Amino acid sequence: MKPIAPYRRPYWNTQPDYLFPKYASTVKRAPIQPLVVLPHTLSEVTAPVFGYDDIKPADSDLTRQHEGEPLGERIVVSGRVLDENGKPVPNILIEIWQANAAGRYNHRVDQHDAPIDPNFTGAGRTLTDNEGRYRFMTIRPGEYPWRNHYNAWRPAHIHFSLFGPAIVTRLITQMYFPGDPLLEYDPMFTCVADEKARQRLVSLFDWETTIPEYALGYRFDIVLRGRDETPMEKRR
Amino acid sequence: MSLRASTSQTIGPYLRIGLEWMVIEDLAPQGVGGERARIEGRVVDGDGKPVNDAAIEIWQANSHGRYASPPDTQDKPLERAFRGYGRSLTDDSGAFRFRTIKPGRVPGPQGTAQAPHLVVTVFMRGLLKQLLTRMYFPDDPANADDPVLALVPPERRSTLIATKRDGMLEWNVVLQGKSETVFFDF
Repeated sequence: MKPIAPYRRPYWNTQPDYLFPKYASTVKRAPIQPLVVLPHTLSEVTAPVFGYDDIKPADSDLTRQHEGEPLGERIVVSGRVLDENGKPVPNILIEIWQANAAGRYNHRVDQHDAPIDPNFTGAGRTLTDNEGRYRFMTIRPGEYPWRNHYNAWRPAHIHFSLFGPAIVTRLITQMYFPGDPLLEYDPMFTCVADEKARQRLVSLFDWETTIPEYALGYRFDIVLRGRDETPMEKRR
Repeated sequence: MSLRASTSQTIGPYLRIGLEWMVIEDLAPQGVGGERARIEGRVVDGDGKPVNDAAIEIWQANSHGRYASPPDTQDKPLERAFRGYGRSLTDDSGAFRFRTIKPGRVPGPQGTAQAPHLVVTVFMRGLLKQLLTRMYFPDDPANADDPVLALVPPERRSTLIATKRDGMLEWNVVLQGKSETVFFDF
């Protein structure tokens, strides 16, 4: 085997710390002891491969998983998955989950006083194509209260889980909506100091993918870690 | 072209909705080669309370020490029926479980060989990004010169090595405290 080119370490202030007391649940769950810096070995630069045997084409349409149509505003969520070197990341599994239009999750732990929608489960998955593109049809999720602090509300969001080519590129993130007034009050959204990093979590309205008289389009591009392509001796 | 990786966000409390469809607790169907291993453990927080909303994912080589992944170009056999990936969602007692095979040794840095291990990724509400750790196998002489274990302070190494109990392997994820599991900066 050739020597392994490591993946880039996170850029300053663009990834959250484990301990972030404004998000109260981190206090008893963040590690306290120092982390051990791990070299990227074959174990870290490999990852499971998923394919069309793992999912069904209909899995990417969250509006057609039940007898009837879900309530709410239909939206198209699409984008590209690239790495930090700007290369598309093809054929990777993306899983999403979200609340319904009323801001309620179809989950026993969610006791928010808003209706369950029998026609909406809120889960989808797809594979990126050869150019790293993906597309989901869903409904716009509602905002909902949580108990982190007084009068706390989560901005509307969709959870995204991505694998990528390596264990160290595994990413779980959340997609937000443009112009949401709750964003500036949300400790998840504000968990990193870098303003540009925050803004990359906000999708863009996309006229190109909007379907006339049917669904608004939102574009959400995702960047996974890329390999460090700068040879050591030239790094000055 | 140079971009910055997207910011990680917590998996949140409702992970089951999105991830339950692909729970894989039995990684090695009949016919997959290697020594069978049953692994069970619990995830506990800084108060010693069970974490009932964690996702534990494991990644491992097959018994020959080859990963079923394109970057692994070693000249060792692949097994079609073994992907090497598992996912377990913790229950009310914080417990997770896997049935798999003990992986072979894979290369480490500078011509070293790594002891058999699982790469373990931990997601939960209260973690803004995943934790990465490893599980090693008890009584394996290769542990003594594993290049990654060697980076861990000696008094903390035992947190990465499973213990034998009733014919299975027990390995817990302790988030904080005296026996806090070693987590890696990856």
